[in-house]
Amino acid sequence: MTTMERPLFSVKGLTKYFDGIRAVDSFSFDVTEGSITGIIGPNGAGKTTVFNIVTGIYRPTCGEVLFRGENISGQRPDRIVRKGIARTFQNIRLFNRRSCLDNVITPLFQRERCGFLGSLLGTPGARKMERDLYERAFGLLKDLGLEKFASMQANTLPYGLQRKLEIARALATDPALLLLDEPAAGMNPEETRSLANLIAEVREKFKVTILLIEHHMDLVMNICSPIVVMNFGTLLARGTPDEVRENPDVVAAYLGNRKERK
Amino acid sequence: MDYILSIVVLACINMIAVLGLSIFTGFTGLFSLGHAAFVGVGAYTSAILTYYYSVPFPFALAAGAAAAGVVSLVIGIPTLRAKLRSDYFAIAILGFGEALRVILENLDITNGARGLPGIDSFTTLPVVLICLAGGVLVARNFLRSRWGVACIAIREDPIAAEMAGVRLFRTRLLSLVVSAVYCGLSGGLLAHFLSFIQPVMFTLLQSTQLLAAVIAGGMGSISGPLIASFVFIALPEALRVAQMWRLVAYGLLLVLIMVYRPQGLMGYSELSSLFRRKKAEPVRRQP
Repeated sequence: MTTMERPLFSVKGLTKYFDGIRAVDSFSFDVTEGSITGIIGPNGAGKTTVFNIVTGIYRPTCGEVLFRGENISGQRPDRIVRKGIARTFQNIRLFNRRSCLDNVITPLFQRERCGFLGSLLGTPGARKMERDLYERAFGLLKDLGLEKFASMQANTLPYGLQRKLEIARALATDPALLLLDEPAAGMNPEETRSLANLIAEVREKFKVTILLIEHHMDLVMNICSPIVVMNFGTLLARGTPDEVRENPDVVAAYLGNRKERK
Repeated sequence: MDYILSIVVLACINMIAVLGLSIFTGFTGLFSLGHAAFVGVGAYTSAILTYYYSVPFPFALAAGAAAAGVVSLVIGIPTLRAKLRSDYFAIAILGFGEALRVILENLDITNGARGLPGIDSFTTLPVVLICLAGGVLVARNFLRSRWGVACIAIREDPIAAEMAGVRLFRTRLLSLVVSAVYCGLSGGLLAHFLSFIQPVMFTLLQSTQLLAAVIAGGMGSISGPLIASFVFIALPEALRVAQMWRLVAYGLLLVLIMVYRPQGLMGYSELSSLFRRKKAEPVRRQP
């Protein structure tokens, strides 16, 4: 099956009201397999709300979320994770008082079938599984360059590394689609560049499709294609970085009067 | 000697219940003011079994623990499914605990408020120690298992836990059942140690004492609450010479812990980690 026929993931007519406020309004877009799609838009455009609906934290007022052709909207978050969608959070949500290794092993464990009694009694089989999982968790930390910090408590890591750890934890769920909510927030230009490389590497290595929300335009313009622009909960534009940059609506809504300076 | 022995046994029995509550409160992050009721269910179930039906003691103990687990489902399923916030849950389970006590007071088989006298005293120090050691071992294994790891993840961040594939409702419910089973076991041992039980032994006061031991001992720790619960049982007894001051001392101890160790004696760490050399490398800033 070619990726042209059916997108890996698509959102159709997604709408979400919070009481009277229309956070997302008949929003539709597709994500093709293997792409790095970027969602941009001014603050309050509804980007994170879309992520929260997609991952099952919110129920949409109406509309569909299709993943591999199946409507997953309104399902429980852990079900959606099992189907292959993982995410990171805008305001980092790690298991703060646990070690980096434990952060990553949590999702790894949830994907295993364990015997309850065996686990309670600590049978050799259960022990072996635990050891194997720790090894895999360590491997994942290694992939993201965090192996030195494996035994450190998550909230003692510097900010940039906490974001990396969140990505590691999301990858531990073995996703097909990885949602990154402002992965470069609070990073300096240098860190942002290395993050861009990391995201590209992760896509290659883990064969994931990436959908990311970001305000750092250099990051978005460099690694994302296509780019989806949201404003007031609706789709404003969709296209390659160049198309988006040249789109007069986008310029008006978001990039300000940069065009005149050009 | 007998007196000291009986205090040690009582303390160990209490430690088993605290161990259970520690799994639920310290590791899953849900507060409960009703766990004494599960102790009561365990005590009455096992006592009735040995008293009226002459069931062998080990089976009666197991049945008491199982009964407490089943009863916890009755309150756990509706409240945890509704995702009651921690404090609301604590209140719901408080009401449930009191309701259970009232039921115990009004049944014929429990002999009502007068209590059940003449239960065989099968609980000896070795029995209690075996149960406690087994309980600690199982708790440790549980917390390292898939489910224990999920419990801790929920305590740290329920939303992130769900996004890590943790089933919120099931995991919380499991944690409640496991903790209730511990309390039920503790109750069974208690009944067969005191050889007399009465519904007023399982009220809000006892629930609060269990919770106080967990909080003072430290959330997210097994050894801390065990130490605290031992101290809380042993201290009032040791201070019996100063009759009227012993409750003051108990209160003072709690206040001192709150002021000087707000995280509890062993918050988020274990006794064993004190003896282990820390190998963590210093954080190096990214270039």
